[in-house]
Amino acid sequence: MSEEKEEKGKYTTVSIPTPLAEKIKKRIEGTGFNSISSYVTYVLRELLASMEEEEEEVFSKEDEEKIKERLRALGYLD
Amino acid sequence: MINMPAPHGGKLIRRIDKNKSIDDMEKIAISKDVAHDLENIAYGVFSPLEGFMCSNDFENVLHHMRLANDLPWTIPIVFDFDGSIKEGDEIALVADNGTAAIFSIEEIYNYDKKEYAEKVFRTTDIAHPGVKKVMEMKQKLAGGKITLVREGKENFDKYYLKPYETRILFKEKGWRDIVAFQTRNVPHIGHEYVQKTALTFVDGIFINPVIGKKKKGDFKDEVILKAYDALIKNYYLKDRAVLAILKTEMRYAGPREAIFHAIVRKNYGCTHFIVGRDHAGVGNYYGPYDAHKIFDEFPDLGITPIFFKSFFFCRKCGSVVNEKICPHEKENHIYYSGTAIRKMLINGEIPPETMMRKEVAEIILSYENPFVD
Repeated sequence: MSEEKEEKGKYTTVSIPTPLAEKIKKRIEGTGFNSISSYVTYVLRELLASMEEEEEEVFSKEDEEKIKERLRALGYLD
Repeated sequence: MINMPAPHGGKLIRRIDKNKSIDDMEKIAISKDVAHDLENIAYGVFSPLEGFMCSNDFENVLHHMRLANDLPWTIPIVFDFDGSIKEGDEIALVADNGTAAIFSIEEIYNYDKKEYAEKVFRTTDIAHPGVKKVMEMKQKLAGGKITLVREGKENFDKYYLKPYETRILFKEKGWRDIVAFQTRNVPHIGHEYVQKTALTFVDGIFINPVIGKKKKGDFKDEVILKAYDALIKNYYLKDRAVLAILKTEMRYAGPREAIFHAIVRKNYGCTHFIVGRDHAGVGNYYGPYDAHKIFDEFPDLGITPIFFKSFFFCRKCGSVVNEKICPHEKENHIYYSGTAIRKMLINGEIPPETMMRKEVAEIILSYENPFVD
């Protein structure tokens, strides 16, 4: 956390209920997490990543056909 | 309709404009490695990067293994120079292989080579090939967006697929779950078991050898590709395996490079990534499974690692196994030692079929010198 504090502007404070902070404190005992902040950061990153939407590539029919043609010419598609 | 996993950062980067002219621009000659970086940025292999890193991304990558916007990223992608370019310049980067790009310089900054090496390679030992390269870099870094105006010509273009092509290829094949295998070696039986074990649980495997600068004694790129062609032709279902190259240098950054390799394969459209023993390691700089542990720090990577311990042949089991499934003592085990296989090949011997497929060994032996000098 000391390294975190040294880097001005890279971290911000978020308030969470004290009982929740206490639960987290107990939860991270004996784990690789060295602070409530590092645990909360981990959980939030995981949550946000799980909400990422799948991408649907938008190619014109013509462009997509050109790509498929190349893939066929190279032997990747029959 | 199969939707691919989103590229890293949500969007596949494409920075190409083949109609732009570089005739009137100041030109800087670049190495093949930098040319590969340019193409990887331009075609989205390195999404979300749109150019060489500015200081905020570079520093964040060194200290936090993340870009300034908090996305996981572990290897600096930077442009070093010692000339007279300045911020605001637009210059042309040109390579002998024909690659040409416009580089819009947003920032010029200093860096500490020792810190770079210590953070990325966990050592400042000059005997480490990655450290050596960093110590030989020029004194300043330039960051900013690039636009590719011409793609380079190389020997292995028929194996060169871009992420927008692999994404269409995987869809056409009907693959939803795709496991990627990173390699810089010819395949032995241990590799084949790792690949096929992973393949059992997904729709297809994307075998993606790294083509580019390697260290002395590594197998030559051409040998690796021909060896894999032979393996796939004889021992894989045609509709379950795709072989294509990744043009980038090996950094030998061990755990950090494992994360980088996983991100790149996510951009190609893969959902899973195989991480074996001492991934991207060299010498004894990293623990054998450090590249497994580091994934614990990235819950938001967006590609699932599949960890493997080494496979070996057990005389008592009579089959290829690993330490999770074999109860027998070590004296029954025959390990797939790269060094031992190499020694046999140097002596012109075909390794036993319990170690390497005959078709693969024959390809290697057809070369007078299959190794990088």
